[in-house]
Amino acid sequence: MNMMDLTMNRIDMVFNDLREKGSKALITYITAGDPNLGATADLIIEMEKAGADIIELGIPYSDPLADGPVIQRASARALNNGIKIADIMNMVRSVRQATQIPLIYLVYYNSVFKYGIDRFVKEAHDVGIDGIIIPDLPLEERGEVFDITKQYGIHLIPLVAPTSHQRIPKIVENAGGFVYCVSTTGVTGERDEIQTNIKDYMEEVSRYTDMPKAIGFGISNPDMASQLKDYCDGIIIGSAIVSLIEKAASRDEMLDSVYRFIRGVKRVL
Amino acid sequence: MKSITGRFGIFGGQYVPETVMNALIELEKEFNAAIQDEDFMQEYRYYLREYAGRPTPLYFAQNLTEKLSGAKVYLKREDLNHTGAHKINNVLGQILLAKRMGKKRVIAETGAGQHGVATATGAAMFGMQCEIFMGKEDVRRQALNVFRMRLLGAKVHSVESGTGTLKDAVNEAIRDWVTRIEDTFYVMGSVVGPHPYPTIVREFQKVIGEEARAQILEKEGRLPDYVIACVGGGSNAMGIFHPFYHDKQVKLIGVEAAGLGLETGKHAATMAKGSVGVLHGMKTLLLQDSEGQVMPVHSISAGLDYPGVGPEHAYYKEIGRAEYVAVTDREAVEAFVELSRTEGIIPALESAHAVAYALKLVPQLPKDKIVIVNLSGRGDKDVETVASLPEVEV
Repeated sequence: MNMMDLTMNRIDMVFNDLREKGSKALITYITAGDPNLGATADLIIEMEKAGADIIELGIPYSDPLADGPVIQRASARALNNGIKIADIMNMVRSVRQATQIPLIYLVYYNSVFKYGIDRFVKEAHDVGIDGIIIPDLPLEERGEVFDITKQYGIHLIPLVAPTSHQRIPKIVENAGGFVYCVSTTGVTGERDEIQTNIKDYMEEVSRYTDMPKAIGFGISNPDMASQLKDYCDGIIIGSAIVSLIEKAASRDEMLDSVYRFIRGVKRVL
Repeated sequence: MKSITGRFGIFGGQYVPETVMNALIELEKEFNAAIQDEDFMQEYRYYLREYAGRPTPLYFAQNLTEKLSGAKVYLKREDLNHTGAHKINNVLGQILLAKRMGKKRVIAETGAGQHGVATATGAAMFGMQCEIFMGKEDVRRQALNVFRMRLLGAKVHSVESGTGTLKDAVNEAIRDWVTRIEDTFYVMGSVVGPHPYPTIVREFQKVIGEEARAQILEKEGRLPDYVIACVGGGSNAMGIFHPFYHDKQVKLIGVEAAGLGLETGKHAATMAKGSVGVLHGMKTLLLQDSEGQVMPVHSISAGLDYPGVGPEHAYYKEIGRAEYVAVTDREAVEAFVELSRTEGIIPALESAHAVAYALKLVPQLPKDKIVIVNLSGRGDKDVETVASLPEVEV
C-alpha cells in the first residue's frame, strides 16, 4: 500500500503562504509533557493564537546531548511525570482535532530506534505529525529513517551546521520541509549574540537548495530574530520559551507569558 | 546511502549532531595517516617506553596460584604504568594526535578519574589546556583523583545532570566539544563513542595484549588458555583481547559489574541485561527501558558504572569470540582484599572485578592451564571507599 498522502504536507503549505505574504515563519519549540501533557496541549493552541506558524514538540529523553541546561531540565521534568511516547501520540491526536498548525517531533534517535522506526513514523503520521527532526542522526546514518518518512509523507527535516560546508549538498538532497540551519556551534540555549557570519553561512546553504531555510539555536528575543530574518525563511525559538514555562508559577501565568513573548517575536517577522 | 563506516557487525556508527561530523571525518583521516607514519609511531612508542614505563611486567602470581591450587595465574601489570592505570597508553596516542592536528585544548570525560588524570598528565607535558568532565557522584567517591587532576593543572567540571556518573560526564564532554569544535580535541577514554573513537582507542591500547602475548610465549612457550579483564566501556579489555583475536584456543572473558546483584536492578551489567540501542554516538548494547530511556546503573567501581559498552565488545559477544560474565560489588571487594594480602598488590576496584572472576574460575581448572588477568589499574584511589565498608576490617 502506498502511504503517500495526496494532500500537501502542512509545513509546505505554511511556507508557501508566508512566501506569498512576504513574511517569515516563527517556529516554536516546547518539550512535550513539561510541565504536563495538558499544559502541552494548551500551549500548542496558545502559541498558534500568538502567531506561531509551526510547532516543534520535543520528545523527552534521558540523554539529550544536543541540548543545553534549559531543555535538559524540561526533559527531566517530563520524564519525572512518567510521560511515554504513546501518551504524547494521544495528546497530538486530540490536539489535531482543534488545529491545523504544522507539528514536528524533535526526537533523539534512540527513542525512535527502540520504539521501532516504522511503528514510530506510522503512528506519528496517523496522529497528524508533519515532520520529524532527529538531532543525532547525521547523513551517514539516516538512510532507513529517511526512506520510511518519505513513505508516510512526513518530512525528515535536514540539519546543517556552520561546520557542514561540503556536506551541505548531500544533506539537502531529496529532503523536504525546510533546512534547519543551526546558527552556531554548540547546544541549544539562549545566547546574547550569534558569533557565526550568518550572511556567508546562509548564502552557502542557499547555493545548494531552494528549500525554505530556518535558523535556530540561541535566538532569545525579538531583536535577534529581527537581525536574522532577512537571511532566512524562518526563525526557530526553543529555550527562551521553555524557560518561561519553567519560571511560571501558575498555568495562567505560563500561557500568558508564552503568548506575549511569541507575539513580540512574530511582530518583527 | 547506508554507511558501513566504522561498524563492528551492526554495532558502532556515528550518531552525533551534524556540527561534529566534519571533525570526526578529519579525525579519522589524521588518525589513519598517523598510524601509517613511522615517525609518529616511533614518537608514540618512545613516550610509552620512557614516560609511561612500558613494557609492563607479566607477573607470575605464585602465591595466588598456590593458594587457588588450579591454573597458573599471571597478572598483566598495567597498574605499574605512570599515573597508575592503562589509561595513559591511549592518552599518549591521542595527545600526540591532537598535537599533530594543531589543537591546543583537550577535554575528556572520566569515571574513576584515571582517564582524567592521564589526560591531565599528557596535557601538562605537552603544554595544552585541559578540562575534565566528571559526574558529581564520582567527584565525591574519587576525591584523590580530582586533587591529582587539579594539581596537574586541569580544570575539573563536576557534572550535576542525570545520575552524576560517567554517562553524564560523556554527555557533557560531547556538549563542550560541539561548542568548541574548532580548537578542541576530545580525548575519548574508552572504546566507546562515535566512529573512529572505538578504533582509535583500541589501536592505542592493543599494546597491552601485544606485550602480554609475547611475554607469555617467552615464559611458558605457549599461549594462555584464558585472558580475563574487567569491562566498563571496555578499553583495557579490548586492549588485551584484540591481539589474541585470531588465537581461537584462547578464551577471552570480560567481567562486568553486577553491583548489588543482577536480580536487584542495581548493576552495570550491560552484556547480561542490555538490549541494542544508541548512546554517545554509537549503536551498542545498552541498559535501557522499553522506550529507550537510559537506565540508572550501579557499581561500587566508578570506572565500570556505565550503561553502555564499546561496540566492538558487543560484536565479540554476538559472534561468540568473547564471553562476558558479571561479579558483584561484594565479590570485587573480597578480591581487592585478597590480592592485597596474597600478593602485596592493591588493585583498582575495577580490576578487582577481573580478579574476583579469576578467584572463582582458577580453582576449577587443571594445573597445566594458564590464566592471564589484566590488572588494569592500582587501588590507591579506592582505599577510602573500601575502608569505609563495614565488612572490611583494616
